[in-house]
Amino acid sequence: MTGDITLGSMAVSTLAATVVAGTAILYAALGEILSERAGVLNLGVEGMMLVGAVMGFMTALKTGSPWLGVLVAALAGGALALVHAVLTVSLRANQVVSGLALTIFGSGFSAYIGKPLVGVPLSAPFRAVAIPGLADIPVLGKILFQHDALVYLSFLLVPALWYWLYRTRPGLHLRAVGENPAAADAMGLNVYLIRYACIVAGGMLAGVAGAHLSLAVAPSWVEGMTAGRGWVAVALVIFAIWNPGKAILGAYLFGGVEALTFRVQAMGSSISSFFLNMLPYLFTIAVLLVATYRARRGRADLPGALGVAYDRETR
Amino acid sequence: MTFRLQPEARSFWQKAGIRTGAVLLALALSAAFLSVNGKDPLEVFSAMFGSAFGTRYGFSETLVRTVPLLLCGLGVSLASRMQLWNVGAEGQFFMGAFAASGVALAFPELPAVVLLPLMAVAGAVAGGLWCLLPGVARAYLNTSETITTLLLNYVAINWVSYFVYGPWKDPKGFNFPLTPTFSQNAWLPVLWGRVHVGLILALAAAAILWWVLWRTRWGYEIRVIGESPSAARYADMSIVRNILLVMFTTGALAGLAGMMEVSGLIHRLQKDISPGYGYTAIIIAYLARLNPVSLVVVSFLFGGLQAGGYSVQTMGVPLATANMIQGAILFCVLGAEVLTRNRIVMRRRKEAVGA
Repeated sequence: MTGDITLGSMAVSTLAATVVAGTAILYAALGEILSERAGVLNLGVEGMMLVGAVMGFMTALKTGSPWLGVLVAALAGGALALVHAVLTVSLRANQVVSGLALTIFGSGFSAYIGKPLVGVPLSAPFRAVAIPGLADIPVLGKILFQHDALVYLSFLLVPALWYWLYRTRPGLHLRAVGENPAAADAMGLNVYLIRYACIVAGGMLAGVAGAHLSLAVAPSWVEGMTAGRGWVAVALVIFAIWNPGKAILGAYLFGGVEALTFRVQAMGSSISSFFLNMLPYLFTIAVLLVATYRARRGRADLPGALGVAYDRETR
Repeated sequence: MTFRLQPEARSFWQKAGIRTGAVLLALALSAAFLSVNGKDPLEVFSAMFGSAFGTRYGFSETLVRTVPLLLCGLGVSLASRMQLWNVGAEGQFFMGAFAASGVALAFPELPAVVLLPLMAVAGAVAGGLWCLLPGVARAYLNTSETITTLLLNYVAINWVSYFVYGPWKDPKGFNFPLTPTFSQNAWLPVLWGRVHVGLILALAAAAILWWVLWRTRWGYEIRVIGESPSAARYADMSIVRNILLVMFTTGALAGLAGMMEVSGLIHRLQKDISPGYGYTAIIIAYLARLNPVSLVVVSFLFGGLQAGGYSVQTMGVPLATANMIQGAILFCVLGAEVLTRNRIVMRRRKEAVGA
């Protein structure tokens, strides 16, 4: 084999790894977009991902079905998000503090539940399935169509969510609730109900994000295995200007940095792995700085009522 | 059936009662969870309480944990007064410990009276600068400091790992990720048991912070900016300058905590120097309602919770129990907060309004 071919196939396999590494962040970011579009900031993504990861893993281990694992992970993420909804929507608690509480509780809870699961191998993880036909496309087939089912599902989810948000009536209502809840209320929309639904749906997606890590990427349970990806997702939402289409770009950018880091490490680089491990976080911070710089120059599109509790009595 | 929140003034005792009730609710929920998992909650709780406050050794362990919690909590609360969310005390703690260790390892021969202050300054400055970076981004670009401070935690922990696995690793340490023990000159004096002078310094820091907040012009500005940025702007207070100052100070306090942990307790730098003090500090700051004096009490109680959580591991209860209880307490108190200002009025209506 010539050097060119190995280099080329290496680039392809790195890009394929990019898609896998970005998927969990993509799910989490899509969930956070839903929640923030409805006007509620949820900093509990990291905690919901961890609980989703551990509950999904436990379920898949006991039942032998990774799909049941994903379902339970989504329910667990949704249940945690429901607590956030009760606190921030009904009781009008501070959204930042409540989200932090969720993350702290989630990491403690998942560590507790997951204690006996550490190091246990999963007999039925999600396995890569090549899509007949599409997988044979040169280059692209290898990069996009030889992954596990959750990756494919995320491919479908992005355009679906985008279409729903920007091209349907319920999507318009959702955005109205996040933009100007009083006006939405006057239109006859149930602000509280819509916010509840979006927060819970967002939490379910965060749960799925965690499950992708523990059921497909790892596949195993390690305490704190999300390693800040939930926070990366929150940052990427700002980078994506609350748009699902742009979130996929951000998620794969992050996934790319992670995949490259892995690749460089595997090649036995002399750079310490600890410095390489910092890169995804530094990269996310850099991306966030660029995004906020852009926003300052008048290109912000953040939901008008983000972070503000709605009180019907004082509108 | 829905409900409505009706504003209502509550007396001091009513508020205290509501908050205590919330903590009890959190403990009850945790107890229920423990018993579902086949543990006797009463046994676990009494063992935790007993080992945290019941014995001389346990009490000293509680105090030892109070020091970093109090210092980090003071830092977090100062930032929160200005509506700045420093979620990065953990990373600032690591950077403070790192810088102090660097000084201790580089100048082992310096007399303690010179070396210790030098280490303290190095730790505080390192922590302060680590927090100033997000502060600059927040002040000039309005970048969310919540996300940046948090992400920097992972960077700081990797940074310390690099040194303890690499250049600073103890050649006689059997390949464990830790530096050689510091020279005795770099050890903070001990009060009794494992309790070191850091306890007194942390209490002093609380007193100083109280004085700054309520007796100085700078403290007044911080409080005004936190409560009403527009009023502050009207009064010609510089918000940018205060963001930078506060972010540096909050990081410096966490960095100082890191310095005291390595200098007073561990006497070396290693990979695991914190069981999440920086995160617990957020809960403590909130529960103490950002008040330096209450922070002393809450830090002490949470120090006990952590010491107790550590000791019940022998009963087969994971260390994570303490973290879980902390999260539950924060949830419940946060939810109950609304009751300290409002009354819940149940009502029947055709269309749903609440949940």
